[in-house]
Amino acid sequence: MSDQTATPMPVPEAPAEGYTRREALVMSLFALAAAATVGACSAADKQAYDEFVQKHFRDLTPEELKDRLAQLEKRYSEQYGKPVTVSATPPIPGVLFGYALDLSRCIGCRRCVYGCVEENNQSRDPQTHWITVLEMDKETGVDLQRADAFYNHETVPAPGKFYMPVACQHCENPPCVKVCPVQATWKEPDGIVVIDYDWCIGCRCCISACPYGARHFNWGTPKIPANELNPNTEYLGNRPRQRGVVEKCSFCLQRTRKGLYPKCVEVCPVGARKFGNLLDPESEIRYIIENKRVLILKDELNTQPKFFYYYGL
Amino acid sequence: MNIFRKVGSFVTGTARLALLGGNKLYYAWLLLLVVFIVQAGFAYAHQYQHGLISTNMRDSVSWGFYIGNFTFLVGVAAAAVLLVVPAYVYDWKPIKEVALFGELLAVSAIVMCLLFVLVDMGRPDRFWHLIPGIGHMNLPRSIMAWDSIVLNIYLAVNLTVASYLVYCAYHGIHYSKKFVWPLVIFSIPMAISIHTVTAFLYNGMASRPYWNSAILAPRFIASAFCSGPALLLILFQILRKVSAFEIKDEAIHKVAELMAYAMGFNLFLFGAEVFKEYYSNTNHLVHYEYLFAGLHGKPSPIALYAWMSLAFAVISFFLFLIPKTRQNFITMNIGCVLIYASVYIEKGIALIIPGFTPDQLGQVYAYVPSAIELRVAAGVFGVGFLLFTLMVKVSVALLFERPQAEAHA
Amino acid sequence: MALLLTAACRPVQEAGPRYERGAAIAETGVAGGEKSAAGGEQKVASGEQATRALFAVAPPPFTDGIFPCSQCHSPTDKVDRTPRPVEFHAEIVLHHDEKNRWCLDCHDARYRDKLHLADGRLIDFTESYRLCGQCHGPTLRNWKNGEHGKRTGSWSGVKQYLLCPSCHSPHSPHFKPLKPKAPPLRQEAIR
Repeated sequence: MSDQTATPMPVPEAPAEGYTRREALVMSLFALAAAATVGACSAADKQAYDEFVQKHFRDLTPEELKDRLAQLEKRYSEQYGKPVTVSATPPIPGVLFGYALDLSRCIGCRRCVYGCVEENNQSRDPQTHWITVLEMDKETGVDLQRADAFYNHETVPAPGKFYMPVACQHCENPPCVKVCPVQATWKEPDGIVVIDYDWCIGCRCCISACPYGARHFNWGTPKIPANELNPNTEYLGNRPRQRGVVEKCSFCLQRTRKGLYPKCVEVCPVGARKFGNLLDPESEIRYIIENKRVLILKDELNTQPKFFYYYGL
Repeated sequence: MNIFRKVGSFVTGTARLALLGGNKLYYAWLLLLVVFIVQAGFAYAHQYQHGLISTNMRDSVSWGFYIGNFTFLVGVAAAAVLLVVPAYVYDWKPIKEVALFGELLAVSAIVMCLLFVLVDMGRPDRFWHLIPGIGHMNLPRSIMAWDSIVLNIYLAVNLTVASYLVYCAYHGIHYSKKFVWPLVIFSIPMAISIHTVTAFLYNGMASRPYWNSAILAPRFIASAFCSGPALLLILFQILRKVSAFEIKDEAIHKVAELMAYAMGFNLFLFGAEVFKEYYSNTNHLVHYEYLFAGLHGKPSPIALYAWMSLAFAVISFFLFLIPKTRQNFITMNIGCVLIYASVYIEKGIALIIPGFTPDQLGQVYAYVPSAIELRVAAGVFGVGFLLFTLMVKVSVALLFERPQAEAHA
Repeated sequence: MALLLTAACRPVQEAGPRYERGAAIAETGVAGGEKSAAGGEQKVASGEQATRALFAVAPPPFTDGIFPCSQCHSPTDKVDRTPRPVEFHAEIVLHHDEKNRWCLDCHDARYRDKLHLADGRLIDFTESYRLCGQCHGPTLRNWKNGEHGKRTGSWSGVKQYLLCPSCHSPHSPHFKPLKPKAPPLRQEAIR
């Protein structure tokens, strides 16, 4: 940049005050266009606008939450042609959920996978599974580098193999919660790590950060046949998701916050899955932790999962 | 009112300077970039309609070509401004021009970074969730949140300084050193910080042992510093030929020499990583095996590129290190191209993909970018290069062609 | 000498794998157990007289019509206590320590509506876990604590229990392999 004085670029003569005719015309055209755009908005646009400015779940007042749930119920009921309820069940005080899975009993039948798909309204196409069942050799033990999620034998268990289903571990120190730039995922007081699907921006930091491959992204538009939809849904859990957001196991909070077992626990035909309140000294989950040989995956990462694998036999 | 008129005439005036008065090659280049951008528009429309399923990213490899390019361009943006440091230390005559062009490159690169993030997001319509105060930023724990803040601050700083300098040149006003230089000085640690924060984004993830290494941040800075200036060196040589821009050969040679040392350091850090993985020989070696060879008997689709990147890095290191080849403009320019390509592959492909392969549960998904990804990426590069070209043309016209400045007002 | 025994108890669903029964119970809810989900002492809803059980258990999974055994067996019948194959209940194949035991080691010889413990005490079918627990002690302990067996009902409050025979056939308890459900699609195939 030279320091010598330079001749300024010539500008047209401008009035001392007010606008030139050209400026006034341009400005009024803009104003007209803006007014026309606003006026032409339909109800669908209004809904889209409401969706766009939708607040974070934790910022909603109780009235706003009620409105929001009603909006969603209306939308889902129309979309699927049957009455759908969306609730926002609060956590039960004095409860911290824990999960245990008996590695000596799981036979890898995958009924938990598909039970979960049905209960939690996972997309059938593109396929989303919240639970991944890994087959490993008994000889080499838990070694994820040798695990196979795509086994397809005639019958299970295959000789010499054992099975380890993996889903969200609902860590006490969740790396996914740490990295989410917009706090779309957080840990609830009862220990469940939840996602606000209407807040998630789909950046997939959480998927990178999760050590257990538990989080799944809606790469395409999720599709569920209307007759397979579970109409009892929960805002933070199993309500139908949209394209471009992350989802994962929510410990079936639409069931567990009402005192029921998660679907996978109930569906397991061999009784390998256990669930309960870690703060209840009489619960089976406490019994297992206190009396069985319990292990957690990738414990060196200090995520402190609440999903405990153990050997019952 | 007056200020609006001044800004208005600045906008129209610079638009004229950018688009008029070029030669055939210039317009051909612009046309090429516009073609890239338009075809990317169609590709992105397809992606927006169908979702990211039109890329080849899936749950196992959840970040791919877009984020790889983003990472590389953050490095370019950081390095562009870092050239100010040697310019100052070695007292180059055109230090202000060097700073300006560095900032213009930084602005273009950051715009490309932000575009790559936008096209990679599952819900780009929810970008406002990332605005501090309006959204729900996860500070201080989320590195991605910090990244979005520092990148935008960096963009703002560089855009402010660059626009201000060009604006002053346009209206023939003396620019205020007191305003400009603190911002320029500030942009230097900002440059280091944007690339460090981007590195922390990766190396903070304990779930990805390939990235979870303390030297990832120094590696980023080293490879940024050896790749970013390559673009500027080529630019300076072009400008020397087509305008009154003057920069001594010695300055160019000095930059090339510094790039050699940066690449040397980068290679050393790379060697340190390789030693650790292969000597300790833990399960985590599996990611390097995928990078350089393949897994479970299947060759890796990225192995060829990984070796190419390494070869280019070593060749360009020597080209820049040996004074004879450094000072020969042909070999030096070859070195620039090689070093740029090497770091592009290293940051874009060799960083991201092995981090995800095998995934957290040991499963292998061999990712290669899809056609949509390549087309959209070409468009984003088109936008960045177009922006850079236009801004450079304006700056050159205002700074080096003032006597011949057209009076089209 | 291997004794092939067909016990005179109840026809076991030898055809289908044991898991399916357990799965079926889970999917349709515990038969009868749901009614007794409200806390306090559970009333066991089964065919015979309601008994005060220590645990709220699902009713014993009898085959239709086979119970009460006293329809055919009277306490005054003459009993031959020699372990041997019997003609009726021929479809039951004993595959449960059959080298060392036979029907009357669990089923009481005189009161066929009852089972008996090792010392001769009679127990109802609704308390069969006490009998199983005599050999399978640790399993019984785990079962009482809720660790063993499928869990249905509620994780809080009173536990619902399934009887051992709800999942394990007492005559051939080993679980049969199942056909697994479909593997997940390869990610390359997701379009």
